[in-house]
Amino acid sequence: MKAILLLLIFLNSGQLFALEPIVDNIKSDEVEVKVVDFDQLSPYLCPESDSETTYIINFFATWCKPCVDELPYFLELHADYMDKGLHFILVSLDFPQHLESRLKPFLKENSVTAEVFLLDDPAANDWIPKVNDDWSGAIPATIVCRAGESSFYEKTFHSTDELVELIQPFLNQ
Amino acid sequence: MKNSTLSILFFSAIFLLGSIQLIANDGNGLKIGDVAPDFSLKNVDGNYVSMSDYEDPAGFIIVFSCNHCPFVVAIEDRLNALHERYAPMGWHLIAINPNDPAVVPDDSFEKMQIRAKEKNFQFPYVKDVGQEIFPKYGATRTPHFFLLDADRVVRYIGALDDNTRDASAVKDKFVENAIARIMRGMDPDPLETRAIGCTIKVQE
Repeated sequence: MKAILLLLIFLNSGQLFALEPIVDNIKSDEVEVKVVDFDQLSPYLCPESDSETTYIINFFATWCKPCVDELPYFLELHADYMDKGLHFILVSLDFPQHLESRLKPFLKENSVTAEVFLLDDPAANDWIPKVNDDWSGAIPATIVCRAGESSFYEKTFHSTDELVELIQPFLNQ
Repeated sequence: MKNSTLSILFFSAIFLLGSIQLIANDGNGLKIGDVAPDFSLKNVDGNYVSMSDYEDPAGFIIVFSCNHCPFVVAIEDRLNALHERYAPMGWHLIAINPNDPAVVPDDSFEKMQIRAKEKNFQFPYVKDVGQEIFPKYGATRTPHFFLLDADRVVRYIGALDDNTRDASAVKDKFVENAIARIMRGMDPDPLETRAIGCTIKVQE
């Protein structure tokens, strides 16, 4: 899996140094995707020390139709509230071998403004309950949080207004 | 003495009532220990399949499945292997597609027939027409496994194994281990697991 990924990076960049570091932080064009396991991801999810920021975290995949359908609402929300203390994190559950062929083109095409992670961690039974104990594992799933307070939603959203309603109590904290 | 016995009884009764209340309120769907409802659903071969059709079963491997979800596609070969290994022991695999084809055209009955042929499924692949079965089970995603014993009591709920994406990297075969423990008269461990999957598609 990793070998394929490295090969992809190599082919994509055409430069040897891309092979050097781990798959930790991959930059190509303007689309940045951090490939992480859950331990590497978790410090980014609602750090309690960051009490000024409201986080909205969406677990998605390019192959998940309801995820793709609801993404425009998240992007609109982010555009409206990014300067009001909202940080949007998109966690992709795409297969790692599809990073260059599917995920990055998708992000580019949809002008995704979020901080994007590709969660490459097959031990789902271990990390799903750490994200939220109520999560069955179906995507899309969304967390809104700030300073240790959080709400979890295993559902699909159908409007930006719905999302605005979720984040308001956190922004006004 | 008599008083204290009475009060213990009294509080036990209240506690019991409380737990019943809790169970009743605790969402929909099956829990470990519940008896799973039977069904009569149309298989890709045109026949209707019920659990009661099987004579003297050891148990059932019910999996909510579909055509379109990459996390199902990733385990299709493992479903075939599971059926091949466990059907002779009386454990019958039944795959149920709960998705509304109006939402996901790839999950239509006709497409299921095509997929079953392509993958040479030897187990029933049935359609939850009307989407009445999956809510009774409390299935939320595909793939989603429910292991039932001979009395259709739910013994395990969750994932097939600990690596949906990559069969060669599986370390813990949850379903197979659960079957092995049930056959030895023990409870599965773990009783429930989780995995990433596709939401079950219903009309909004």
